[in-house]
Amino acid sequence: MLNKLTAHELLEKLEKKETTVNDIATALSSRIQEVDPRVRAYVRLAQPGQINQCGLPISIKDNICTEGLNTECCSKILEGFKPPYDATVIKKLKSAGIAIWPNKLNMDEFAFGSSTENSSFGPTHNPWNLECVPGGSSGGSAAAVAADEAIWALGSDTGGSIRQPAAFCGVVGLKPTYGRVSRYGLIAFASSLDQIGPLTKDVRDSALLMNIISGHDEKDSTSADIPVPDYTQALHGDIKGLKVGVPKEYFIEGMDPETRKIVDEAINKLKSLGAQVAPVSLPNSQYAVPVYYIIATAEASSNLARFDGDQYGLRKAGIQNLIESYKQTRGEGFGQEAKRRILLGTFALSHGYYDAYYLRALKVRTLIKNDFDKVFSEFDCIVAPTAPTPAFKIGEKSADPLSMYLSDIYTISVNLAGIPAISLPCGLTKSGLPIGLQILAKPFAEETIFRAAYAYEQSTEWHKLKPKL
Amino acid sequence: MEYEAVIGLEVHVQLKTKTKAFCNCRIEFGSPPNSLTCPVCLGLPGSLPVLNKTALDYAIKTGLALNCTVQEFTKFDRKHYYYPDLPKNYQISQYDLPVCKDGFLDIQVDGQAKRIRIKRAHLEEDAGKLIHESGNSLLDLNRTGIPLLEIVSEPDIHSPQEAHEYLSDLKMVVEYLEVSDCDMEKGTLRCDANISLRPKGAQELGTKTELKNMNSFKGVKDALAYEIQRQKVLLESGEKIIQQTLLWDPKENKTVVMRTKEEAKDYRYFPEPDLPPFLISKEKIEQVKKALPELPKERLQRFVREYGLSEYDAGILVASKDRAGYSEECFCAWPDKNKKPVANWLIGPLAGQSRVPAKNLVELIDLVENKQLISHLTGKIVLEEMIASGRSPSVIIQEKNLAQISDQGALDKEAEAVIKANPKSVEDFKSGKANALMFLVGQVMKKTGGKANPKVVQEVLRRRLDNA
Repeated sequence: MLNKLTAHELLEKLEKKETTVNDIATALSSRIQEVDPRVRAYVRLAQPGQINQCGLPISIKDNICTEGLNTECCSKILEGFKPPYDATVIKKLKSAGIAIWPNKLNMDEFAFGSSTENSSFGPTHNPWNLECVPGGSSGGSAAAVAADEAIWALGSDTGGSIRQPAAFCGVVGLKPTYGRVSRYGLIAFASSLDQIGPLTKDVRDSALLMNIISGHDEKDSTSADIPVPDYTQALHGDIKGLKVGVPKEYFIEGMDPETRKIVDEAINKLKSLGAQVAPVSLPNSQYAVPVYYIIATAEASSNLARFDGDQYGLRKAGIQNLIESYKQTRGEGFGQEAKRRILLGTFALSHGYYDAYYLRALKVRTLIKNDFDKVFSEFDCIVAPTAPTPAFKIGEKSADPLSMYLSDIYTISVNLAGIPAISLPCGLTKSGLPIGLQILAKPFAEETIFRAAYAYEQSTEWHKLKPKL
Repeated sequence: MEYEAVIGLEVHVQLKTKTKAFCNCRIEFGSPPNSLTCPVCLGLPGSLPVLNKTALDYAIKTGLALNCTVQEFTKFDRKHYYYPDLPKNYQISQYDLPVCKDGFLDIQVDGQAKRIRIKRAHLEEDAGKLIHESGNSLLDLNRTGIPLLEIVSEPDIHSPQEAHEYLSDLKMVVEYLEVSDCDMEKGTLRCDANISLRPKGAQELGTKTELKNMNSFKGVKDALAYEIQRQKVLLESGEKIIQQTLLWDPKENKTVVMRTKEEAKDYRYFPEPDLPPFLISKEKIEQVKKALPELPKERLQRFVREYGLSEYDAGILVASKDRAGYSEECFCAWPDKNKKPVANWLIGPLAGQSRVPAKNLVELIDLVENKQLISHLTGKIVLEEMIASGRSPSVIIQEKNLAQISDQGALDKEAEAVIKANPKSVEDFKSGKANALMFLVGQVMKKTGGKANPKVVQEVLRRRLDNA
């Protein structure tokens, strides 16, 4: 049962010596044995004797480097890669007395996807309905937390990869401001968009985890040298007078009506708690998806260039010719979606196309950011759905990359603008699938997000619901 | 038809910072392979670059010394190509906003001043080293990530000689700034060339080729001369020049094709997202400008002005900063206004030798030139001894009893003995053979172990012979 508790509840029990880290590890371990063969949140089944915990455990997405512990981005090309160093977030967790769970969490290969179907280890299943996807790319992180197979988890978010799976699995997922959390040791997908963030059972755990992992890192030149507040201070439940904008572009025809209804109810709840809600406009929202798929794939094509088998990971043996060796290693090592994105990105950066695609995309990115700046000059936060639909069926969209890309339509702008956003549970569909409410704020205003999210969460019961497994 | 060569040089200068350009790995030569590496320079997944600010400072310094504009807004870009010595398969470089641009270097060719414009100078990281050994290729990544400054000239160079002058002046400037060792043999200075020919007087540029692998100053001159001749022969026989990259083979004294334009690479440059752009303030630029050391040309002019040296002598002495500094020390220690004797010793006997303390050298020069305590020849012997033992010239002269004998009485006795022993030579002298006197002088010198003052010997001998 210990595995069902939140991190703050367990930390309190540990403090009062009502439990031990061993008991927690054992509870988690048996839960994983029980349900993970069906959920497949972890990349491997835990080996007996592997678990030797020295603190409250946290589970880590397979793209965050853990010293001596396989970190493969769920890609064949990184098969057997054991980083010789810890990511900065891992170092911070360890020095805060948190233990790293010795099995990594499943994800779409290199975080390329919205369903965790593009994994060399096979798909993760949604704990609320095993026939559905958990979302992605941090699907393993979200599913593990939802299924009580992890106390809390770290994921990464490049276009919604924390928030969308959090919404699909009924947990809390935060994408911090770009630069709030060090990216050192996060295997890059798109360097200008990636952020590591928490996936947790409630808002307090999210704030606690942010207290640990946030802050300037001299190893990451894009991390901000701005003091980190104690985020738990924002968890007081009072949102009277909070100015909340609702972007009209996010509530369009064709949106799943049930999702819309549930999100509308959540917005009404915020009103009833004293928030001042008004419609706002983000006019360039329609360009977010195409802009994102140019910038993100361009950066990805560059970031993935290093995977050639020379130093680590997969290497096709017995080939004498260098280029042939690269071709075969990369041909076999990368999955379909990775290849698609490398090709797209390479094209966008090619001579003669750069101005028309990449440079133009950068300009529109600035327009999208300006839209948010304008709204945040008058509003404290923006609320929106996290995804246009609840979790879809495994296999439903995997043949249609475009419809898959559109499942990130509400989350992508946040990464392009570099702002923080949270997704928290705000209801269940009739068929029993969770829906997420997204709250956005201006850069480094995570406190505002936590304040609003906590007030909403405490006035509802959604975060207490558990999937039946 | 007469042709004119049009040459532009791309010079890579390895900056001698303590640590690499984007990580904290030390820079050292001769360390065991791959011992000076970390996740960042190995390009391991998840690692991120952090700019070494000293490398940026060195680039600014060099740019200013080369009369460049230092850009207040500069950024890094990724340059993509697949090669095993480049672990990320992209190089962090600078594309459209290099740290320095629009400079120049004034050179002298056959006594004529000439200005070579510098298009840009940008920072980038070095690649590793591939070692091909008995069928295997081994990789040493110690060099990976060492900061390079790439200095690109405009195509203002028209002969191998001009290229040589430009390169050696550039090397001199960079050495004076103490930002690089600039050793072509060791690869801390590397030079590529773009070269084309056009009919003399024409404005339009011909098709160019790119020359690589010129690993010495001589290699640059030879490769350019070879390529000019090769292109000329082709053009004269009505053939077209193919745009290609050529490697200089110094053993065979010829170029070999590396790749042609059809295989030319698309580097897919884009802004390095892991490094935010850098702002360099006007104040910072002014500050670096003020702190620039005296450059070779300025020093040469000052040597001429303050020490009364000829431009030629001054040019030799300022060619290396180290030598110029030492020369200056010696000039200052020399009390006379006329510094010429010191310059002569610095360029002559001491050239290419190990140094002795300036004070000692000046003392030696004084003993030879002013006090005439020892001959010039003995002076050189004393200098050797000074270099070997580190002792002062007066101590050496005293210990070895090298002081010149100028005492007329003492030498007269020797002269008398020599005359007595060589009646034939005395005869010869009297019958008008001038050489005979020199023979007799030599005999006296021999008897005194070379210490006799030859002038005095000649005087006393002549006196005796005339009176005989």
